Order: sequence, then structure tokens, then C-alpha cells
Amino acid sequence: MEKTGNPIMKAHSGGTEPEMFRVLTPEGEIIETIDGKIDKSLMLKMYESMLLLRTFDRKSINLQRQGRIGTYAPFEGQEASQVGSALALSAGDWMFPTYRDHGAAIIHGQELYRVFLYWMAHFDGSICPEGKRIMPPSVPIATQMVHAVGTAWASKLKGEQNVSIAYFGDGATSEGDFHEALNFAGVYKTPTIFFCQNNGYAISVPFEKQSASKTISQRAAAYDIHGVRVDGNDIFAVWLTVKEAVERALKGEGPTLIEAITFRYGAHTTADNPNIYRDQDEISTFWRENRDPITRLRKYLNKEGHWNEEQEELVIKQFNELIDAHLQRAEGHPKSDPLEMFNHVYAKESWHLKEQKQELNQILRKGGKK
Amino acid sequence: MGKNLTMLQAITEALDQMLGHDDRVMILGEDIGVNGGVFRSTEGLYEKYGKDRVVDTPLAESGIIGSAIGLALNGMLPIVEIQFLAFIYPGFEQLVSHAARMRYRTRGQFGVPLVIRTPYGAGIRGPELHSESVETFFAHTPGLKVVAPSNPYDAKGLLISALEDPDPVIFLEPTKLYRAFKEEVPDEMYRIPIGQAKVVQEGSDLTIFAWGAMLREALNAAKKIEAEKGWQCEVVDLRTLYPLDRDTIVQSIKKTGRALIVHEAHKTAGLGAEIISIINDEALIYLKAPIKRVTGFDVPVPPFTIEDHYLPTVDRVKQGIVETISF
Ligand SMILES: Cc1ncc(C[n+]2csc(CCOP(=O)(O)OP(=O)(O)O)c2C)c(N)n1
Repeated sequence: MEKTGNPIMKAHSGGTEPEMFRVLTPEGEIIETIDGKIDKSLMLKMYESMLLLRTFDRKSINLQRQGRIGTYAPFEGQEASQVGSALALSAGDWMFPTYRDHGAAIIHGQELYRVFLYWMAHFDGSICPEGKRIMPPSVPIATQMVHAVGTAWASKLKGEQNVSIAYFGDGATSEGDFHEALNFAGVYKTPTIFFCQNNGYAISVPFEKQSASKTISQRAAAYDIHGVRVDGNDIFAVWLTVKEAVERALKGEGPTLIEAITFRYGAHTTADNPNIYRDQDEISTFWRENRDPITRLRKYLNKEGHWNEEQEELVIKQFNELIDAHLQRAEGHPKSDPLEMFNHVYAKESWHLKEQKQELNQILRKGGKK
Repeated sequence: MGKNLTMLQAITEALDQMLGHDDRVMILGEDIGVNGGVFRSTEGLYEKYGKDRVVDTPLAESGIIGSAIGLALNGMLPIVEIQFLAFIYPGFEQLVSHAARMRYRTRGQFGVPLVIRTPYGAGIRGPELHSESVETFFAHTPGLKVVAPSNPYDAKGLLISALEDPDPVIFLEPTKLYRAFKEEVPDEMYRIPIGQAKVVQEGSDLTIFAWGAMLREALNAAKKIEAEKGWQCEVVDLRTLYPLDRDTIVQSIKKTGRALIVHEAHKTAGLGAEIISIINDEALIYLKAPIKRVTGFDVPVPPFTIEDHYLPTVDRVKQGIVETISF
């Protein structure tokens, strides 16, 4: 079996890696000026948000193993990309996540218990808080990218100061919709941010087999839009890049394609076994030791005296409690009523659905009597 | 109070009035702006409403339908023109997986009020893939509505209803009828309800169900049969193909006891099969004969040199009537 031999990002580019924007090194050193744009409180928010998500993600995998949620898509390793990008948005911005971006959705305002509901296969798991524009996770690859062009286009036409961000993976860049979205966004200069988390793999297929392009960000040139390649495990770099993209978009300068280089430590989903397609131990260890987004920010914060062990223990404890409370709320959520399947197919129920609903209702009632 | 218009002119008038009536309305498609559409259904609108309201898009159906979904989510009322029905396939996924499901997925939080207009059907001597009639693909999709007018008056009224509908509607325009005849069309913005069929001609011996371009074949055959044999056929124009107007279908069968379905789509799993099922479920005991279908064949629509042999003809329809009534 053919596995990725060289763990140092062969999967991303097939060779030496083209430059990417980086602010915070894995050793926790700042190598670019951040001009006071990221203050201490934002740094702590970034750090704590990443910790929260990692706690949530690990918990979710355990819950899946216990049969308390269904198949789950983990994102551990990608926290800087998800948190950094989401924190750069405003509350009214449109977010189009995929099945792996519930981290970003949570940071943008999706409630944790709803995310649990989603993975527990409740209809109600796709609903976002009133007034928010967090769309349900996109399951078909790349399709949400064109929607983000449309909502952004409408924002522009209506003169609203909002951007739309679409999340997607490296595999998505092979789909037609990736190209159609970038092309439309370029033509209409829509305030859209295309945020690719290049985690090296589309399920099992490494990027070198996905595409002959050296990078994903270079594709921006083909559509004459702004393209940036960024260290996706460096939350400062991600935040600054997305912030800049938002500013450009709101100034009418159009869309940005961002390629964030990152890695998922775990499986594609809880139903997948990554050992089949990559040297799981070697490559994950490499990333954990050399590039982990949480470790590197902790190193920096520790050095600056902004963070210590006690704080870490305390917030992790608080996060565990918070997550448990949301889990309880989700587990206490009323079971889906089978008749719910007939709701919201249309704004107004038509005769055939009304009757089929009645039919199921009768079956259910008979079943109850048995 | 009204004008004599072709179906195309009636459609243009509806689009014009809707653009004038509501700022949120936008038209998107290939060649629909400066060129006014390959059939000229958007003629003059670009000049009148500008490039942001009548948009010449890149040649990309998934991009067009997908971005229209986003526009609709964020408060616009997009009307998409797909140049020919068979070219919708690159955008098929956006239509069936997203436009049709967004309301369901978000539990009513976000709807997609979107109209997709497209010419369809054979009889125009078009090149390959310009003549398809695949309404079943869409009528098989929960969350979509499928509408197919057969005359200028209905076309205008149904199109206005489609735009005011909170759900996505695919609006199939029989290409063959675009300029086939004129009819008095009122000036005002009137509506024809989606979901209602129309009894176009009353009769007592057999009901012919048809829609789009086939309605004329049905009417012509009915006329000839009446002259030749004195049989009176009822002719029902379904107008909305999904969801179907069951009540009108069943009532007519209770009256005539016989049915013939005429559609140019392929026979297998065509909408005719669905209509037969409805009659089976609701009116079997009223039937005096098996229900017959006169349809396009289960072959790709052939080159135009022989397309007339693919399409149901008045003679085939007449033959169907004779076989059913004399069963
Ligand atoms: C249109 C489509 N084809 C195939 C799939 C099955 N599938 C689910 S995830 C996936 C890989 C996606 O990889 P990538 O875009 O890199 O995102 P990642 O999962 O790595 O975050 C595939 C092939 C799908 N969901 N949608």
C-alpha cells in the first residue's frame, strides 16, 4: 500500500513548500509586526476558543464511541484556522461551513447544544440563533461556495456592510463549483471570502494526487482575485489574513481566496481509518510536535506572562462543565417526532404531503396500540 | 385592457412588470442581457433596468443557480433563465440538493424563493439536447414546484404566481409554442394559481390529460374524433406538474370513465405513470377501460430529421382515443 512517506507536508505540495504567511512560529516567537492589532484580550480569546473547541472535539469522538452521537467529523489540528477566521468576522456576516467546520460555527455564534443535536441527527441541529446567518453544514463538496457568492452579491446590491465566508477543504478545489464560485465572485466583485483549510487529504487522497497545482492560493490569479497562502496553524496569521480580506471586501475590492495550511490529526470521520492511507503515527506526531496551533500560542502566552498552568486547568474544567451542560440539554431534547419529516418541505403543505403525513400518523397510532 | 400576444411576448411582459413592481427582482442567465435572450424573452429589459437587474452571467449553470440561491437567501427575488432545459444538468445538483432542500434543512428558517425558467420540448428543429422533456427529474424532487404553461395567457399568470411563491419553481416553457399563436393577454399583473389544472374542453366520453405543447395535439385530435365519430373528449391541461391537481384529474375520470395521457417525455417513469396511479388510487371503479399513454419513446430525442416520429402526433393521439373508447 502506498502511503505518504515524507511526513513533512508532501501531501500539500508534492515538493518544497511555497511561502506562506506566518506571524507566530512553532516555538512561540512573533516574527512579523502585529502593530497592536492583536491585543492581549484578543489573544486570550483566541487561545481559550481553541481550547474549548479541542475539548469539544475530543468529547464528541468519545460520545460517538459510546453511541451517544452518530458519525462525527473531527477537526482537531485545525483549531487555529477555524477560530482565527471566525473571530475576524462580524456578527451579521454569512457563514457557510462544511461538516468539519462546526468549530468555526460555534465561534461565530452557533450554540454548542445545536451542534450536538446535528450529530445526533435531530432536525433542530441545523437551526442557527435568531438573527445569525450560519448556514447548515454543507455535505456535498464545494456546493456552498456558490451560495456564499450569492449572499455576498445581495449584500453588495443592498449596500449592506456584510461579507460571506465559505469554508471548504483541499479536495473541494477540484470540484466545478469551486471554479464557478471564484469566477462569479471575480466577475461581480462580491464580498466573499473563500477559506480553504488545506489539511492535506480529501478522505484518503493527498493533495498531490488531487491537483497538479503547487498551491491552492495560486488559483486566485486565474480569476484575478486576491489570493493568500497562510500558516493555518498560526492563529495570528489566520486572523490577520481574514481580517484583511473582510476589509478589502467591505471596501468594494472583491473576494479573497485564502489557503490555510493545516492538518487533521485524526480520521476523516469516526467511520474512517487513516492508518490505511498515511503513516498516521509518524505524521500526526510530526504535526503535534512541530506545528500544533494550541501549543505554539501557549508557548507565546506563557513567555509573555499572559497564561499559566493554573489558568489552563481552570478553563479546561470550566469548558468541560459548559460542554456537559450543552450535552445534557441536547440529550434532553425531545426525540424527533417522525411526523416532523413532513414539515418545511414547502412554505405551505400541499395535499400530497398532508395525506402522507396522515398515513404515517395512522401507522404510528396503530403501532402504539400493539 | 389587453393585447394579442405570443407566449414569448406574454412572458416578457410578465418579467417587465415584475421588475418594475419590485426592486428585489433580478433576472440572471446566459445571453439574456444585451442580447435579450436567445429566444428574445428578455428583450429590452436590460436597457430598461440595467446590468444589475438583468444580468448577463458567465456560462456556468451551477454558478448561476447556486448564486441565485444565495441571492434568494439574502432577500432578492432571482429569476434564472437556463438557455435550454438539457443544459440545466450542470446546475442540477444546486437545484435538487440545495434550492429544493434549504427550507427543509433549516426548518423553515431560510427559504429560497427562486424561479428557474427554461425552454423545453421538441418540435423546433433544434440540434442535439435542445429538445428534451425531462420534467420527471424535477417532479421527483420534494421541495420543488414544476409548472408548464400551454398558452400565452396562462404563461403570464403562472409566471407571476411562480415569482410570488415562497418556494423554488421550475417554469418549463414549451419552445414550440413560443411564437405559435397569439392570444388576448390582459395588461394588468394577474395570477393563475400554481397547483390548479384547467379543463380546457368539456366532454363525456374520455379525458385527455396533457400539458405544454402536447395540449394542442390533444385538442386537435379531440376535434377530429368528434367530427369523425361524434365522441366528445374532455381535455385537461395540467399546467402544474408537481404537485399535481389530483382533484381535477379524479373529477374528470368520474365523469368520463376513460383516460388518455399525452406527453412528449419518455414513456417510462414519465408523468403519465403518476397520473395513472392517482386514478388507480382514487377512481378505479369509475374506469371503463385501461388508461392509455401516448408519449415520446424511451430513446434519446432523435435528430430533427426524424423528431416528428418521436413526438406524439394527432394521429397517434386519435388512435389512442379509438383504442380506449372501443376497448
Ligand atoms: C459532491 C461530493 N462528492 C463526494 C463526497 C464524499 N466525500 C465526503 S468528504 C470527502 C472529501 C473532502 O475532502 P476535502 O474537501 O479536502 O475536505 P476535508 O474533509 O479534508 O475537510 C468526500 C469525497 C461528497 N460529500 N460530496
